[in-house]
Amino acid sequence: MLEIKNLHARIAEDGTEIIRGLNLSVKAGEVAAIMGPNGSGKSTLSYILAGREDYEVTDGDILYNGESILELDPSERAAKGIFLAFQYPVEIPGVATMQFLKVAMNEQRKARGEAELSTPDFMRRVKEASAELKIAPEMLRRPLNVGFSGGEKKRAEILQMSLLEPKLCVLDETDSGLDIDALKIVADGVNALRSPDRAVVVITHYQRLLDYIVPDSVHVLYRGQVIKSGDKTLAHELEAKGYADIIGAAA
Amino acid sequence: MNMQTGKTLSVAEAALCEAYDHAVGDLPGDSAVLIARDGLISDFKAAGLPTRRIEAWHYTDLKALLRSVPDVAPAASADAVAPLVAGSAVLSVANGVAARAASAAGATVRTFAEALADGTAAAGLTARDGDDAIGRLNGAFVRDGFVLDLPEGTEPDAPIELQAVQNGGQTHVRFQAGIGAGVRATVIERHLATGEEAAFATALSELTLADGADVTWVIQQAKGVSDTHLGQIRVRLGTDAQLRLYVVNAGGRLVRQEIHVEVAGEGSDLKLRGINLLGGETHNDVTFTVGHDVPNTTSTEVLRNVVFDRARGVFQGQIRVAPDAQKTDAKMSCNTLLLSDEADFSAKPELEIFADDVQCGHGATVIDIDHTQLFYLMARGIPENKARAMLVNAFVAEIVEELEDEPLVEALEGVIGAWLDKHA
Ligand SMILES: Nc1ncnc2c1ncn2[C@@H]1O[C@H](COP(=O)(O)OP(=O)(O)OP(=O)(O)O)[C@@H](O)[C@H]1O
Ligand SMILES: [Mg+2]
Repeated sequence: MLEIKNLHARIAEDGTEIIRGLNLSVKAGEVAAIMGPNGSGKSTLSYILAGREDYEVTDGDILYNGESILELDPSERAAKGIFLAFQYPVEIPGVATMQFLKVAMNEQRKARGEAELSTPDFMRRVKEASAELKIAPEMLRRPLNVGFSGGEKKRAEILQMSLLEPKLCVLDETDSGLDIDALKIVADGVNALRSPDRAVVVITHYQRLLDYIVPDSVHVLYRGQVIKSGDKTLAHELEAKGYADIIGAAA
Repeated sequence: MNMQTGKTLSVAEAALCEAYDHAVGDLPGDSAVLIARDGLISDFKAAGLPTRRIEAWHYTDLKALLRSVPDVAPAASADAVAPLVAGSAVLSVANGVAARAASAAGATVRTFAEALADGTAAAGLTARDGDDAIGRLNGAFVRDGFVLDLPEGTEPDAPIELQAVQNGGQTHVRFQAGIGAGVRATVIERHLATGEEAAFATALSELTLADGADVTWVIQQAKGVSDTHLGQIRVRLGTDAQLRLYVVNAGGRLVRQEIHVEVAGEGSDLKLRGINLLGGETHNDVTFTVGHDVPNTTSTEVLRNVVFDRARGVFQGQIRVAPDAQKTDAKMSCNTLLLSDEADFSAKPELEIFADDVQCGHGATVIDIDHTQLFYLMARGIPENKARAMLVNAFVAEIVEELEDEPLVEALEGVIGAWLDKHA
């Protein structure tokens, strides 16, 4: 479903290379975990998948269902089913959360040639999904992410994900800032989306999340490259020993 | 009127003087009114249109910007439109002529032409000072409008809309509103255009809030792309009066809206909110002065400007605090979203503070669309143009939502949304 081939990317503004020959493939139905020390390029990779303009791909390619997505803008990628749950969700004062959800859902439907949702249908979906994620209705009446606590923001990301029903879900440290109960709720939300035609990429620092969302593969990112891949036992190994050995072996 | 000065008049100045000579014979008014008109036009002839050398007009050189004025006669008839807020009591002025009305939502109403005819309007035909070109022109030419009276004890059962629709030509309209003690009211003053012909308008409103009156007053200006609109509102606030004054400019070629407020009663509060949506070749000037003349009063002024294309915006805001106006709390901010390299906005805040125990401040910012916010919206599948429009809308929507009057908020959001659909 996702194939990243020898990807090189740099910061557009100053030319600093962050992703340096990265290879990764994730099949439909797979849950892949990406781990790696701070600053290794995990968030940068997620932004590049989503199409953020601040980064420039200088070499390599990203194939999604066999087709390069490099020429698509973020909204086109989203309409094709790529979703990024942000490490730092963005506050947008003046944009009502409900209005945002409705516009996003309908614009994606429009781009796919589907009919827009009726208001009652939309309301019902939001009500159901937010109840599952234990999101209070008051939160949805506020401007988008404004004044949400760290954990509320992460839950709101997962709410958007379950409403938009993407095919490739990239979760960037969705576990950070969540209390134990919220972690469980969010993990349940992600697990509910697991299906044979959907892939999930989970970026995390902690084994704890992977106890709930059990990955099929684990990849270690370091200095813009995948330096080691393995199954879920790799995450346990990292939890016990840290990155030093793996980084040492790769160097 | 004979010309004493040797100055050469600009085309527009000459056209205005000539228009006066043609029109004066058939403008309403008793002899006191006629004397006032003649005095104002002779002052106008002596001073001419203001230029950038006059401080209050520094950013809007009216003499240079106003190349011509249309004939007094309208191009065609103008029809009233649906009110901004459904259910409002509409008082309509078509091409400068008011439709007769005796009452609106509990208010006693007269046309301004009647007040001119019986002379009661004469005292108001004044310029505020030697630079008040709008006061002069409106006082000299005013034909009609409304006088609105909401005495103590009235409870208006709907918003009152003062609706001026113009189809080319010149109009000079005046609204007077006296809001009695403790009265709560919403008044919507609209200046709209229909047809394609260039129009010229002056519009002057005089608003007095008696003690404890609580008023929302909205000025919506949506003139055409070749129109000149010169507006002014003069406000006086009594003790414990509260005024939310919203000015929404979304149209016109050459626009100046002046707001002059005398905070004359202790405990009173002014909230001025301005939304300027500027596109094309528009030159739009909002000039505001407030005088805090007594102790313990508050005012906040918040302007949000959105500037596209080659449009040019101006905000001049002056806060004066008199020597004994202790405990004045006045804050002014002017934020501009500049959306084109050729767009321009000038903000000139001015504080003149003569009391020592006050809190006054001002700030001005100019920003661009936030790229992180834009990326976030697009990453959810919202196409770029739509995402931009949402962010521009968000920038101005914040101050609309403050109104806490659901139908009015929705109506203003509608005005903003419709404008953005055309320009963003
Ligand atoms: N727009 C940018 N401008 C400047 N530096 C950047 C930018 N984007 C990324 N970087 C740098 O690139 C490196 C990788 O950053 P990135 O956020 O991808 O790391 P990460 O693996 O997600 O780290 P963490 O685990 O702390 O979230 C860091 O050194 C970061 O400072
Ligand atoms: Mg990160």
